[in-house]
Amino acid sequence: MQREGLAAGLKAGLTIAIGYFPVALTFGLLAKTTGLSLTETVAMSIFVFAGAAQYISLSLIAAKVDPVLIVLNTFIVNIRHFLMTASLNEKMQPDARWKKAVYAFGITDETFSVISTTGEGRVRTSYAAGVIVLSYASWVIFSGIGHVIGANLPLFLQAAMSIALYAMFVALLIPSLKGNRKVVLLALTAAAINGFFFWTELLSTGWAIMVSTLASAVIVEVLYARRGNVLRRAVERKEGA
Amino acid sequence: MGSWYWWMLLGMAVVTYLPRAIPLTFLEGKELPPAVSGVLRNIPYAVLGALIFPAILYAQPDDLLFGVIGFASAALIAWLGGGVMGTVLGTIAVLAVYSLLVG
Repeated sequence: MQREGLAAGLKAGLTIAIGYFPVALTFGLLAKTTGLSLTETVAMSIFVFAGAAQYISLSLIAAKVDPVLIVLNTFIVNIRHFLMTASLNEKMQPDARWKKAVYAFGITDETFSVISTTGEGRVRTSYAAGVIVLSYASWVIFSGIGHVIGANLPLFLQAAMSIALYAMFVALLIPSLKGNRKVVLLALTAAAINGFFFWTELLSTGWAIMVSTLASAVIVEVLYARRGNVLRRAVERKEGA
Repeated sequence: MGSWYWWMLLGMAVVTYLPRAIPLTFLEGKELPPAVSGVLRNIPYAVLGALIFPAILYAQPDDLLFGVIGFASAALIAWLGGGVMGTVLGTIAVLAVYSLLVG
Protein backbone atom coordinates (compact mmCIF):
# COMPACT_ATOMS: atom_id res chain seq x y z
CA MET A 1 0.00 0.00 0.00
CA GLN A 2 2.73 2.49 0.90
CA ARG A 3 3.77 3.55 -2.56
CA GLU A 4 4.14 6.96 -4.13
CA GLY A 5 4.86 9.79 -1.70
CA LEU A 6 5.50 13.53 -1.66
CA ALA A 7 7.96 13.65 -4.57
CA ALA A 8 5.64 11.76 -6.91
CA GLY A 9 2.78 13.98 -5.75
CA LEU A 10 4.72 17.16 -6.53
CA LYS A 11 5.57 15.79 -9.97
CA ALA A 12 1.90 15.07 -10.70
CA GLY A 13 0.95 18.46 -9.25
CA LEU A 14 3.27 20.23 -11.69
CA THR A 15 0.92 19.35 -14.56
CA ILE A 16 -1.97 21.00 -12.75
CA ALA A 17 0.21 23.99 -11.88
CA ILE A 18 0.93 24.48 -15.60
CA GLY A 19 -2.76 24.10 -16.40
CA TYR A 20 -3.74 26.65 -13.74
CA PHE A 21 -1.22 29.21 -14.98
CA PRO A 22 -3.33 30.73 -17.78
CA VAL A 23 -6.61 30.31 -15.88
CA ALA A 24 -5.28 32.05 -12.75
CA LEU A 25 -3.57 34.77 -14.80
CA THR A 26 -6.87 35.53 -16.52
CA PHE A 27 -8.71 35.48 -13.20
CA GLY A 28 -6.29 38.10 -11.86
CA LEU A 29 -6.80 40.29 -14.88
CA LEU A 30 -10.60 40.00 -14.76
CA ALA A 31 -10.59 40.71 -11.02
CA LYS A 32 -8.67 43.92 -11.71
CA THR A 33 -11.12 45.02 -14.38
CA THR A 34 -14.00 44.19 -11.99
CA GLY A 35 -12.49 46.63 -9.50
CA LEU A 36 -10.94 44.29 -6.93
CA SER A 37 -7.68 45.37 -5.30
CA LEU A 38 -4.62 43.11 -5.42
CA THR A 39 -5.23 42.06 -1.81
CA GLU A 40 -8.88 41.26 -2.45
CA THR A 41 -7.99 39.25 -5.55
CA VAL A 42 -5.25 37.19 -3.95
CA ALA A 43 -7.36 36.70 -0.80
CA MET A 44 -10.13 35.11 -2.84
CA SER A 45 -7.69 32.67 -4.41
CA ILE A 46 -6.15 31.93 -1.00
CA PHE A 47 -9.40 31.33 0.89
CA VAL A 48 -11.73 29.93 -1.76
CA PHE A 49 -9.44 28.10 -4.24
CA ALA A 50 -12.18 27.15 -6.69
CA GLY A 51 -11.76 28.37 -10.26
CA ALA A 52 -15.28 28.21 -11.64
CA ALA A 53 -16.88 29.73 -8.53
CA GLN A 54 -14.34 32.57 -8.46
CA TYR A 55 -14.92 33.44 -12.13
CA ILE A 56 -18.67 33.44 -11.65
CA SER A 57 -18.44 35.58 -8.52
CA LEU A 58 -16.57 38.24 -10.55
CA SER A 59 -19.35 38.53 -13.09
CA LEU A 60 -21.92 38.67 -10.28
CA ILE A 61 -19.95 41.36 -8.42
CA ALA A 62 -19.75 43.36 -11.65
CA ALA A 63 -23.55 42.99 -12.01
CA LYS A 64 -23.95 44.27 -8.41
CA VAL A 65 -25.74 41.11 -7.32
CA ASP A 66 -26.54 40.75 -3.59
CA PRO A 67 -23.46 39.20 -1.87
CA VAL A 68 -25.72 36.67 -0.12
CA LEU A 69 -26.77 35.37 -3.52
CA ILE A 70 -23.12 35.20 -4.60
CA VAL A 71 -22.37 33.00 -1.59
CA LEU A 72 -25.39 30.81 -2.35
CA ASN A 73 -24.31 30.51 -5.97
CA THR A 74 -20.81 29.53 -4.86
CA PHE A 75 -22.31 26.73 -2.78
CA ILE A 76 -24.37 25.46 -5.72
CA VAL A 77 -21.38 25.50 -8.04
CA ASN A 78 -19.16 23.67 -5.55
CA ILE A 79 -21.54 21.11 -4.12
CA ARG A 80 -20.18 18.62 -6.67
CA HIS A 81 -17.04 18.39 -4.54
CA PHE A 82 -19.19 16.55 -2.00
CA LEU A 83 -19.42 13.65 -4.43
CA MET A 84 -15.72 13.78 -5.21
CA THR A 85 -14.52 13.78 -1.61
CA ALA A 86 -16.93 10.97 -0.71
CA SER A 87 -15.37 8.98 -3.54
CA LEU A 88 -11.85 10.05 -2.61
CA ASN A 89 -12.40 8.81 0.94
CA GLU A 90 -12.55 5.25 -0.44
CA LYS A 91 -9.25 5.78 -2.21
CA MET A 92 -7.15 7.53 0.45
CA GLN A 93 -5.12 5.81 3.12
CA PRO A 94 -6.88 6.00 6.49
CA ASP A 95 -5.38 8.88 8.44
CA ALA A 96 -5.96 11.28 11.32
CA ARG A 97 -9.09 13.38 10.90
CA TRP A 98 -7.24 16.68 11.20
CA LYS A 99 -4.90 15.76 8.35
CA LYS A 100 -7.86 14.89 6.15
CA ALA A 101 -9.57 18.13 7.18
CA VAL A 102 -6.45 20.00 6.03
CA TYR A 103 -5.98 18.41 2.62
CA ALA A 104 -9.75 18.46 2.01
CA PHE A 105 -9.31 22.20 1.40
CA GLY A 106 -7.21 21.45 -1.68
CA ILE A 107 -9.66 19.16 -3.48
CA THR A 108 -10.62 20.68 -6.83
CA ASP A 109 -11.83 19.04 -10.05
CA GLU A 110 -8.19 18.82 -11.12
CA THR A 111 -6.51 17.62 -7.93
CA PHE A 112 -9.33 15.11 -7.42
CA SER A 113 -8.93 13.72 -10.94
CA VAL A 114 -5.18 13.31 -10.57
CA ILE A 115 -5.27 11.78 -7.08
CA SER A 116 -8.18 9.42 -7.68
CA THR A 117 -6.83 7.96 -10.93
CA THR A 118 -3.43 7.17 -9.41
CA GLY A 119 -3.02 3.44 -10.06
CA GLU A 120 -4.41 0.59 -7.97
CA GLY A 121 -4.71 0.55 -4.22
CA ARG A 122 -4.77 3.30 -1.61
CA VAL A 123 -3.13 6.70 -2.06
CA ARG A 124 -0.80 8.12 0.57
CA THR A 125 -1.61 11.40 2.29
CA SER A 126 1.85 12.71 1.36
CA TYR A 127 1.13 12.10 -2.34
CA ALA A 128 -2.12 14.09 -2.12
CA ALA A 129 -0.27 16.83 -0.23
CA GLY A 130 2.31 17.05 -3.02
CA VAL A 131 -0.34 17.35 -5.74
CA ILE A 132 -2.24 20.01 -3.80
CA VAL A 133 0.70 22.20 -2.69
CA LEU A 134 1.96 22.91 -6.21
CA SER A 135 -1.55 23.38 -7.63
CA TYR A 136 -2.50 25.79 -4.85
CA ALA A 137 0.75 27.75 -5.10
CA SER A 138 0.28 28.15 -8.85
CA TRP A 139 -3.33 29.26 -8.42
CA VAL A 140 -2.57 31.88 -5.75
CA ILE A 141 0.67 33.24 -7.23
CA PHE A 142 -0.58 33.57 -10.80
CA SER A 143 -3.85 35.20 -9.64
CA GLY A 144 -1.68 37.91 -8.12
CA ILE A 145 0.62 38.19 -11.12
CA GLY A 146 -2.40 38.39 -13.42
CA HIS A 147 -3.67 41.35 -11.41
CA VAL A 148 -0.29 43.13 -11.45
CA ILE A 149 0.87 42.66 -15.02
CA GLY A 150 -2.37 41.79 -16.76
CA ALA A 151 -2.50 39.01 -19.33
CA ASN A 152 0.67 40.01 -21.09
CA LEU A 153 1.21 36.73 -22.91
CA PRO A 154 0.93 36.87 -26.71
CA LEU A 155 -2.69 36.29 -27.72
CA PHE A 156 -2.08 33.08 -29.68
CA LEU A 157 -0.35 31.56 -26.65
CA GLN A 158 -3.15 32.63 -24.29
CA ALA A 159 -5.63 31.00 -26.63
CA ALA A 160 -3.60 27.79 -26.93
CA MET A 161 -3.20 27.51 -23.16
CA SER A 162 -6.94 27.63 -22.59
CA ILE A 163 -6.95 23.93 -23.56
CA ALA A 164 -4.49 22.93 -20.79
CA LEU A 165 -6.91 21.66 -18.14
CA TYR A 166 -9.07 19.77 -20.63
CA ALA A 167 -6.00 18.17 -22.19
CA MET A 168 -5.05 17.04 -18.71
CA PHE A 169 -8.45 15.48 -18.10
CA VAL A 170 -8.18 13.64 -21.43
CA ALA A 171 -4.67 12.43 -20.53
CA LEU A 172 -5.94 11.11 -17.19
CA LEU A 173 -8.88 9.32 -18.76
CA ILE A 174 -7.41 7.70 -21.89
CA PRO A 175 -4.93 5.28 -20.23
CA SER A 176 -7.74 4.03 -17.93
CA LEU A 177 -10.01 3.47 -20.95
CA LYS A 178 -7.65 1.00 -22.55
CA GLY A 179 -9.02 -2.50 -22.12
CA ASN A 180 -11.58 -1.43 -19.53
CA ARG A 181 -15.12 -1.34 -20.89
CA LYS A 182 -16.60 -0.24 -17.59
CA VAL A 183 -14.47 2.94 -17.62
CA VAL A 184 -15.44 3.60 -21.26
CA LEU A 185 -19.09 3.21 -20.37
CA LEU A 186 -18.80 5.45 -17.30
CA ALA A 187 -17.12 8.29 -19.19
CA LEU A 188 -19.41 8.07 -22.23
CA THR A 189 -22.62 7.92 -20.19
CA ALA A 190 -21.63 10.90 -18.04
CA ALA A 191 -20.51 12.87 -21.12
CA ALA A 192 -23.78 12.12 -22.93
CA ILE A 193 -25.97 13.13 -19.98
CA ASN A 194 -23.89 16.25 -19.37
CA GLY A 195 -24.17 17.13 -23.07
CA PHE A 196 -27.93 16.76 -22.81
CA PHE A 197 -28.09 19.20 -19.87
CA PHE A 198 -25.70 21.58 -21.60
CA TRP A 199 -27.55 21.87 -24.90
CA THR A 200 -31.05 21.83 -23.42
CA GLU A 201 -29.86 24.33 -20.75
CA LEU A 202 -31.93 22.41 -18.20
CA LEU A 203 -29.27 22.68 -15.48
CA SER A 204 -26.44 25.09 -14.73
CA THR A 205 -22.90 23.73 -15.20
CA GLY A 206 -22.23 22.86 -11.55
CA TRP A 207 -25.44 20.88 -11.15
CA ALA A 208 -25.16 19.30 -14.59
CA ILE A 209 -21.72 17.88 -13.81
CA MET A 210 -22.87 16.55 -10.47
CA VAL A 211 -26.10 14.98 -11.72
CA SER A 212 -24.53 13.41 -14.83
CA THR A 213 -21.61 12.03 -12.80
CA LEU A 214 -23.86 10.48 -10.17
CA ALA A 215 -26.35 9.14 -12.73
CA SER A 216 -23.61 7.53 -14.78
CA ALA A 217 -21.91 5.99 -11.72
CA VAL A 218 -25.22 4.51 -10.50
CA ILE A 219 -26.50 3.30 -13.89
CA VAL A 220 -23.23 1.55 -14.76
CA GLU A 221 -22.98 0.01 -11.29
CA VAL A 222 -26.53 -1.37 -11.58
CA LEU A 223 -25.78 -2.72 -15.08
CA TYR A 224 -22.66 -4.51 -13.86
CA ALA A 225 -24.34 -5.83 -10.71
CA ARG A 226 -27.12 -7.31 -12.88
CA ARG A 227 -24.62 -8.87 -15.24
CA GLY A 228 -22.75 -10.28 -12.25
CA ASN A 229 -25.99 -11.82 -10.93
CA VAL A 230 -26.85 -13.37 -14.29
CA LEU A 231 -23.37 -14.90 -14.56
CA ARG A 232 -23.55 -16.19 -11.00
CA ARG A 233 -26.93 -17.80 -11.61
CA ALA A 234 -25.67 -19.41 -14.80
CA VAL A 235 -22.73 -20.86 -12.92
CA GLU A 236 -25.03 -22.12 -10.15
CA ARG A 237 -27.31 -23.79 -12.69
CA LYS A 238 -24.35 -25.52 -14.28
CA GLU A 239 -23.07 -26.71 -10.93
CA GLY A 240 -26.57 -27.91 -9.98
CA ALA A 241 -26.95 -29.91 -13.22
CA MET B 1 -14.93 47.02 -2.58
CA GLY B 2 -16.26 47.61 0.95
CA SER B 3 -16.31 45.50 4.09
CA TRP B 4 -19.16 43.48 2.53
CA TYR B 5 -16.55 41.95 0.25
CA TRP B 6 -14.74 40.32 3.16
CA TRP B 7 -17.97 38.98 4.64
CA MET B 8 -18.87 37.58 1.24
CA LEU B 9 -15.41 36.03 0.96
CA LEU B 10 -15.86 34.39 4.35
CA GLY B 11 -19.18 32.95 3.20
CA MET B 12 -17.69 31.72 -0.08
CA ALA B 13 -14.79 30.11 1.78
CA VAL B 14 -17.11 28.28 4.19
CA VAL B 15 -19.57 26.96 1.58
CA THR B 16 -16.67 25.83 -0.62
CA TYR B 17 -14.80 24.11 2.21
CA LEU B 18 -17.71 22.18 3.75
CA PRO B 19 -18.55 19.93 0.75
CA ARG B 20 -14.83 19.17 0.51
CA ALA B 21 -14.28 18.36 4.17
CA ILE B 22 -17.47 16.69 5.42
CA PRO B 23 -17.22 13.41 3.47
CA LEU B 24 -13.47 13.03 4.07
CA THR B 25 -13.69 13.55 7.83
CA PHE B 26 -17.09 12.05 8.69
CA LEU B 27 -16.70 8.93 6.57
CA GLU B 28 -13.21 8.18 7.92
CA GLY B 29 -13.08 4.65 9.31
CA LYS B 30 -16.67 3.89 8.26
CA GLU B 31 -17.40 0.76 6.23
CA LEU B 32 -19.91 1.61 3.48
CA PRO B 33 -22.33 -0.91 1.89
CA PRO B 34 -20.68 -2.57 -1.17
CA ALA B 35 -23.20 -1.01 -3.58
CA VAL B 36 -22.40 2.51 -2.32
CA SER B 37 -18.63 2.06 -2.42
CA GLY B 38 -19.04 0.54 -5.92
CA VAL B 39 -20.79 3.71 -7.07
CA LEU B 40 -18.18 5.91 -5.37
CA ARG B 41 -15.35 4.03 -7.11
CA ASN B 42 -17.03 4.82 -10.44
CA ILE B 43 -17.09 8.57 -9.76
CA PRO B 44 -13.57 9.50 -11.01
CA TYR B 45 -14.16 8.09 -14.50
CA ALA B 46 -17.69 9.44 -14.75
CA VAL B 47 -16.63 12.91 -13.61
CA LEU B 48 -13.79 13.00 -16.16
CA GLY B 49 -16.31 12.27 -18.91
CA ALA B 50 -18.54 15.11 -17.69
CA LEU B 51 -15.66 17.55 -17.16
CA ILE B 52 -14.30 16.97 -20.68
CA PHE B 53 -17.49 16.91 -22.69
CA PRO B 54 -18.92 19.15 -23.98
CA ALA B 55 -16.82 21.91 -22.32
CA ILE B 56 -13.64 21.05 -24.28
CA LEU B 57 -15.42 21.96 -27.54
CA TYR B 58 -15.95 25.49 -26.20
CA ALA B 59 -12.45 26.10 -24.80
CA GLN B 60 -12.50 29.07 -27.20
CA PRO B 61 -16.22 29.90 -27.11
CA ASP B 62 -16.43 31.25 -30.66
CA ASP B 63 -14.16 28.72 -32.37
CA LEU B 64 -15.50 25.17 -32.33
CA LEU B 65 -12.67 23.91 -34.55
CA PHE B 66 -10.17 24.95 -31.86
CA GLY B 67 -11.86 22.65 -29.35
CA VAL B 68 -12.20 19.79 -31.81
CA ILE B 69 -8.51 19.95 -32.78
CA GLY B 70 -7.54 20.20 -29.11
CA PHE B 71 -9.70 17.20 -28.19
CA ALA B 72 -8.34 15.11 -31.06
CA SER B 73 -4.69 16.03 -30.39
CA ALA B 74 -4.97 15.35 -26.66
CA ALA B 75 -6.70 12.00 -27.23
CA LEU B 76 -4.12 10.95 -29.83
CA ILE B 77 -1.06 11.95 -27.77
CA ALA B 78 -2.49 10.32 -24.64
CA TRP B 79 -3.39 7.15 -26.59
CA LEU B 80 0.16 6.92 -27.94
CA GLY B 81 1.47 7.04 -24.37
CA GLY B 82 2.45 10.71 -24.10
CA GLY B 83 1.71 10.85 -20.38
CA VAL B 84 -0.11 13.69 -18.66
CA MET B 85 2.62 16.32 -19.04
CA GLY B 86 3.40 15.31 -22.64
CA THR B 87 -0.27 15.49 -23.56
CA VAL B 88 -0.80 18.90 -22.00
CA LEU B 89 2.31 20.49 -23.55
CA GLY B 90 1.82 18.72 -26.90
CA THR B 91 -1.78 19.87 -27.19
CA ILE B 92 -0.81 23.45 -26.29
CA ALA B 93 1.89 23.32 -28.99
CA VAL B 94 -0.54 22.07 -31.64
CA LEU B 95 -3.07 24.76 -30.78
CA ALA B 96 -0.41 27.48 -30.61
CA VAL B 97 0.45 26.68 -34.24
CA TYR B 98 -3.25 26.59 -35.13
CA SER B 99 -3.92 29.94 -33.41
CA LEU B 100 -0.92 31.53 -35.15
CA LEU B 101 -2.15 30.33 -38.55
CA VAL B 102 -5.80 31.30 -38.01
CA GLY B 103 -5.51 34.36 -35.76
